[in-house]
Amino acid sequence: MGIVSSSIARKVSMALSGLFLVVFLAQHFTINFSSVVAPETFNEWSHFMGTNGLVQFALQPVLILGVIFHFVMGIILELKNNRARVHSYKKYSGSANSSWASRNMIISGAVVLAFLGLHFYDFWVPEIIYKYVDVNEAMESRYYPELVHKFESPVRVGIYCLAFVLLMFHLWHGFASSFQTMGWNNKYSKAIKGFTKLYAVAIPLGFIFIALYHHFNQIPH
Amino acid sequence: MKLTLKIWRQKNATSKGSLETYQVTDVDGDMSFLEMLDVLNADLIENGKDPVEFDHDCREGICGSCSLQINGRPHGPKRHITTCQLHMRSFKDGDTIVIEPWRAKAFPVIKDLVVDRTAFDRIQQAGGYISVNTSGNTIDANSIPVEKDDADEAFNSATCIGCGACVAACKNASAMLFTSAKVSQFALLPQGEVEASRRVLNMVNQMDKEGFGACSNTGACYIECPKDISLENIARINREYLKASVEG
Ligand code: HEM
Ligand code: SF4
Ligand code: FES
Repeated sequence: MGIVSSSIARKVSMALSGLFLVVFLAQHFTINFSSVVAPETFNEWSHFMGTNGLVQFALQPVLILGVIFHFVMGIILELKNNRARVHSYKKYSGSANSSWASRNMIISGAVVLAFLGLHFYDFWVPEIIYKYVDVNEAMESRYYPELVHKFESPVRVGIYCLAFVLLMFHLWHGFASSFQTMGWNNKYSKAIKGFTKLYAVAIPLGFIFIALYHHFNQIPH
Repeated sequence: MKLTLKIWRQKNATSKGSLETYQVTDVDGDMSFLEMLDVLNADLIENGKDPVEFDHDCREGICGSCSLQINGRPHGPKRHITTCQLHMRSFKDGDTIVIEPWRAKAFPVIKDLVVDRTAFDRIQQAGGYISVNTSGNTIDANSIPVEKDDADEAFNSATCIGCGACVAACKNASAMLFTSAKVSQFALLPQGEVEASRRVLNMVNQMDKEGFGACSNTGACYIECPKDISLENIARINREYLKASVEG
């Protein structure tokens, strides 16, 4: 067992990778939100993120590894935890003592993962092809119209919104839970919990707002 | 009151088992849940049938043996009580009640509603003690000053009766609430400091070895715990474990 494979070590690694993703999400949200209030700033920031060597070749791989680590560990934990109860109850009243979000992290997580697949296909793959396969000139003004056009299809916007609702559930439990996992339960916990719940609702709602805003404010091709 | 009971019957550890349906009549609201089962058993014995095996001892909420999963919840529909503290007035005439044993890989069924909870004993044996020299010049515990808040917290943790409701309630059959209570009752006191690192590492190791799941912080354990063992204990065991791992 020991430090790398004990149940607590696994949980702590889950919490740390989760918190890392929470920080990333805040940064991603800030950039995306600029597309609503200041398209030029959005272009500038996107250009910077897309061309800066540190971001591209250090932070981006770390992020991808972080996501992979988080969901692989999530699946391992889920399988292990299921094995701890071989015979299930004939009658089980889970909702009497715990929230849906807390009992179904694997479901909300799986939906977010499926969305991430689509998201990569939508934004990341075209970016990589544009920059490293076709080797186009860097063009700062292209990001904003590209983003807006992605939100033209109502189906895509629908999927996008659904995924963020599930992310809301995931973070509603997960963000606060990560502090408990790391041993943080003290006089500040109430305030921390409040902040995590606010984040869990506000950030996904913000992403949904951005998607709907661009969907209803299309620019000509 | 007339009730329909669906009770898990299983001859022994290796047989398959199933839910069997029974009718009980003349159930009084002031009966405890265990007394209601006594009535059923008296009836079964009178009719030459095998009575339903279930664990019980003190019948006043202190021994922790009355482990029954009632309508999908440990110790029934009320929070923070044991089955022996549950009264039949919590049910209505004509109700159907499903009664099952605790379900966890680490708590195998022995017969009917009785499970083997010695996994808890082994966790306790792995480190839930302090070593005291009893050679004749033992220091009186009261001569070591302990802050009141810490003493109260340690005492609260020590009230865990090892009933296993936390494991039964948890979707992961995790024993973190139990183990964290047993670690906390020493971690908070100076007497527990000497063996603190070894204790938490060994007890968590044993908990994992027994096949209990990891904690997902759903909080179900605390809601069902008859002794209100707080979730702060789980944060504490995580903290103690991390500290012990870093210190080596
Ligand atoms: C890629 C898809 C994802 C999957 C499959 C997934 C899965 C999971 C699972 C199963 C847990 C619970 C672990 C447990 O019960 O012990 C969890 C916890 C968590 N997740 Fe995710 N997740 C995903 C994406 C994300 C994202 C995108 C974020 C943040 C933006 C995130 C943040 C968290 C946090 C903070 C926790 C709490 C850790 C703890 O309980 O201590 N997850 N995740
Ligand atoms: S922590 Fe509570 S529910 Fe778990 S064994 Fe102890 S008394 Fe029972
Ligand atoms: S029989 Fe002792 S606690 Fe219920």
